[in-house]
Amino acid sequence: MKAEEYQEHKLAVAGWEVNLSSYRLGAEWHCKADNVSPGAALSRATGATREEAEEKALRRAEELLGRTTRHAV
Amino acid sequence: MAEYAHPEALVGTQWVAEHGNDPKVRVAEVDVDTKAYNEAHVPGAVAWAWNTQLCDTVRRDILSREQFEALMAASGITHDTTLVIYGDNNNWFAAWAFWQAKIYGHADVRLMNGGRKKWLSENRDLSIDVPRIAPTEYHAANADLSLRAFLPAVRKSSAERSSALVDVRSPQEFSGEILAPPGLPETCQRGGHIPGARSIPWGKACNDDGTFKSADELSALYKGEGIDGSKPVIAYCRIGERSSHTWFVLKYLLGFQNVTNYDGSWTEWGNLVGADVEKGAAGVKA
Repeated sequence: MKAEEYQEHKLAVAGWEVNLSSYRLGAEWHCKADNVSPGAALSRATGATREEAEEKALRRAEELLGRTTRHAV
Repeated sequence: MAEYAHPEALVGTQWVAEHGNDPKVRVAEVDVDTKAYNEAHVPGAVAWAWNTQLCDTVRRDILSREQFEALMAASGITHDTTLVIYGDNNNWFAAWAFWQAKIYGHADVRLMNGGRKKWLSENRDLSIDVPRIAPTEYHAANADLSLRAFLPAVRKSSAERSSALVDVRSPQEFSGEILAPPGLPETCQRGGHIPGARSIPWGKACNDDGTFKSADELSALYKGEGIDGSKPVIAYCRIGERSSHTWFVLKYLLGFQNVTNYDGSWTEWGNLVGADVEKGAAGVKA
């Protein structure tokens, strides 16, 4: 078994930069979302297609990022 | 181009592909996301969960010597095993495991450069099989606490500027704009940083593929912030794993003699009653 078609791309979610890494293991697509700074994993999801896995991971990431409070400095 | 100070503390993915199943080599995966291993992993690798197997789960502490010995024994490791550790997030918690292995005196510990991400992106073989391990008997050394910073030393360093404090969190955590990495629960009462700390996010030490930057680049990065090894360095983050990564860079790649990891980190300092806190990038005292 190998991780096929590994790919990463960044996008903005709920005001934060998110990195999506996705790849296929056998017939199943896997996606992990992390916050770019500092790079902590936010969510992981699987799907029948890359798009489905990314959408699920993004949905959860958006939920978590939406709870982040910015404090006055 | 300068060499790393201790190149033997690092192996490439190709080395692991060739030697990962050698009898005297044990590969361990340590992820932030503890589900990642079950998805697929380096063939023959064991998994260590940072939140249950690499800390004391009752009181806040690293593993005791006995707990460390039990983990090594259950993983089939003996004192002369080459222990190769890798994980996600460019080896955050792999570095945490490496740090503890050094605290307890394991001689040959190495990080797989680039971690899980590099292995996956290189289309290398993966497995979902959990290896059957014959337990060993393992005897650890007494804890080498010269690798670890505790609160009193950090307080003294901050007050006297006797050590260089390196805050490896994100700039927003350093400034106090956020109390935890975006999307993660807030685990402290106050935001900001320890007075006197320099902000050098851990990720600046890495290339896009997850590998460490060259010795020359790393040296320039830290020297640019006044960290040149001429005085002791204390690295900290939120809970101590990102700062393990920077501790590894400073001690093993740049060869600084006196580097400690303050694993109490911001979840200790940011919850202390009466502790001084600086906010903002310019270090304005709160």
